[in-house]
Amino acid sequence: MIAEAENGLKPEREEAAEQTGLPNGYTHLVPIVRYRSIQKSFGELQVIKGIDLDIYPGEKIALIGPSGSGKTTLGRMLMTLEEPSSGTITIEDEPLWQMEKKGNLVRASEKHLHRMRSKVGMVFQHFNLFPHMTVLRNVTLAPRSVLRLAKEEAEERAVEMLRKVGLENKLHEYPAKLSGGQKQRVAIARALVMQPKVMVFDEVTSALDPELVGEVLNVIKDIAEDGNMAMLLITHEMEFAREVADRIVFGAEGRIVEQGTPVELFENPQSDRLKSFLQRFR
Amino acid sequence: MWKWDYVIELLPALLQAFGVTLGATLAGFALSIIIGLLFAVGARSPIVPVRLTVRAVVDFIRSTPLLVQLFFLYFSLPMLTPFAMSAFATGVIGLGLHYGTYMSEVFRSGIEAVPRGQWEAATALHLSKRKTWFSVILPQALPPVIPMMGNYLIVIFKETPTLSAITVVELLLTAKSEASITYRVFEPYSIVGLLFLITSLLFSLGIRYFEKRYFGGHIADGGGKR
Repeated sequence: MIAEAENGLKPEREEAAEQTGLPNGYTHLVPIVRYRSIQKSFGELQVIKGIDLDIYPGEKIALIGPSGSGKTTLGRMLMTLEEPSSGTITIEDEPLWQMEKKGNLVRASEKHLHRMRSKVGMVFQHFNLFPHMTVLRNVTLAPRSVLRLAKEEAEERAVEMLRKVGLENKLHEYPAKLSGGQKQRVAIARALVMQPKVMVFDEVTSALDPELVGEVLNVIKDIAEDGNMAMLLITHEMEFAREVADRIVFGAEGRIVEQGTPVELFENPQSDRLKSFLQRFR
Repeated sequence: MWKWDYVIELLPALLQAFGVTLGATLAGFALSIIIGLLFAVGARSPIVPVRLTVRAVVDFIRSTPLLVQLFFLYFSLPMLTPFAMSAFATGVIGLGLHYGTYMSEVFRSGIEAVPRGQWEAATALHLSKRKTWFSVILPQALPPVIPMMGNYLIVIFKETPTLSAITVVELLLTAKSEASITYRVFEPYSIVGLLFLITSLLFSLGIRYFEKRYFGGHIADGGGKR
């Protein structure tokens, strides 16, 4: 805790930072995801105006900022749901939206995207559970059909994940019978069971009633603690971001304005933009 | 003027022909579902030539009368190609193709009603296109359009007399030939009308039951039955 008070790093990162002499205890690793000069426009509207961002293996990044600052779009690009207008994203040094063909980089084929996206998982604001399937089937569908696991093995894994999110007693319920918080926990289990290397959490508590937010955030905290999965947390929950994230990235109007450890950003914000943003959460 | 003796005499032939009508209806309906699905999915293909071709074919088939299509399939096609089919098979294919284009519109409305988040969740779980269609999209797109599909079952059923034009011995043609022997029109045509009426009613009851029994439950109210 003392170490955290000094520079805002978690103890294990502190150690890594000391060993390498690099600022946040991650930079000695090779980034798993690199965003380079990313721009994105929807028609006339430019929502992302040039963003560079590295995500290191196991790193938990909280992406904060006002609505409309392009945070969600950044996450959706990584999940291949939105194509950048320009710039490149690489995952493990391989371009996501382009592929090499006869020495040239060309637009990625569906096949390439399909292969690349297996490294990424995503939890959505509106859960997007499959309403016609039981909880168990929601979680076993992808392991069975994508990873080709046998039914027993897929179910074993699914039950393990559902236990992790505290829903092992809801296996045979349909989503319509669950509360919003429970649905979101199922969605988290469903994404986790595929063991992605990077997981995007896109405003996962924004659609929930206030009293249900806590249960979902607690589940994510648990996952953050025991995993070496990198996490991109797009969130408006400042307390949560501060507790979970190794690094906070503050974006506004399509650009990254400021980033650093939670303590740096929350205790000593530099830009006026961030100062006024944080004012509203005090 | 209504003669029961004559009715009893007529019934075996009419019932046999009714079997043909029913067979053509059910086979044509099944085929229209398959073709309708292919068209509906094809019209959303990411491959532009596939998409455009499917749309053109659908428009073409919908803009020409069933009778003309039947004549073409039955009389012209064997002259152009080595394919020659029985009248019944031609009739079934004609019905399937023609109503398949209408069915594809029904499916399209069902598919478009599935929220975008469902596609995105399927992508995020790395499901293949095939798996996405069969396990995620269609199971949600089809149940709401069952009543509309049932409608087309009845429409196809009532359209079967058209097949008589290509010599399929269905219900109406049989009644007509009986009437032409005896010059008694009242009984055979009345029986034909009654058979159509009763069967149509049974179809709609059956569809309503099917819908309630299999799809009325968990999606709408969250009830956990299977």
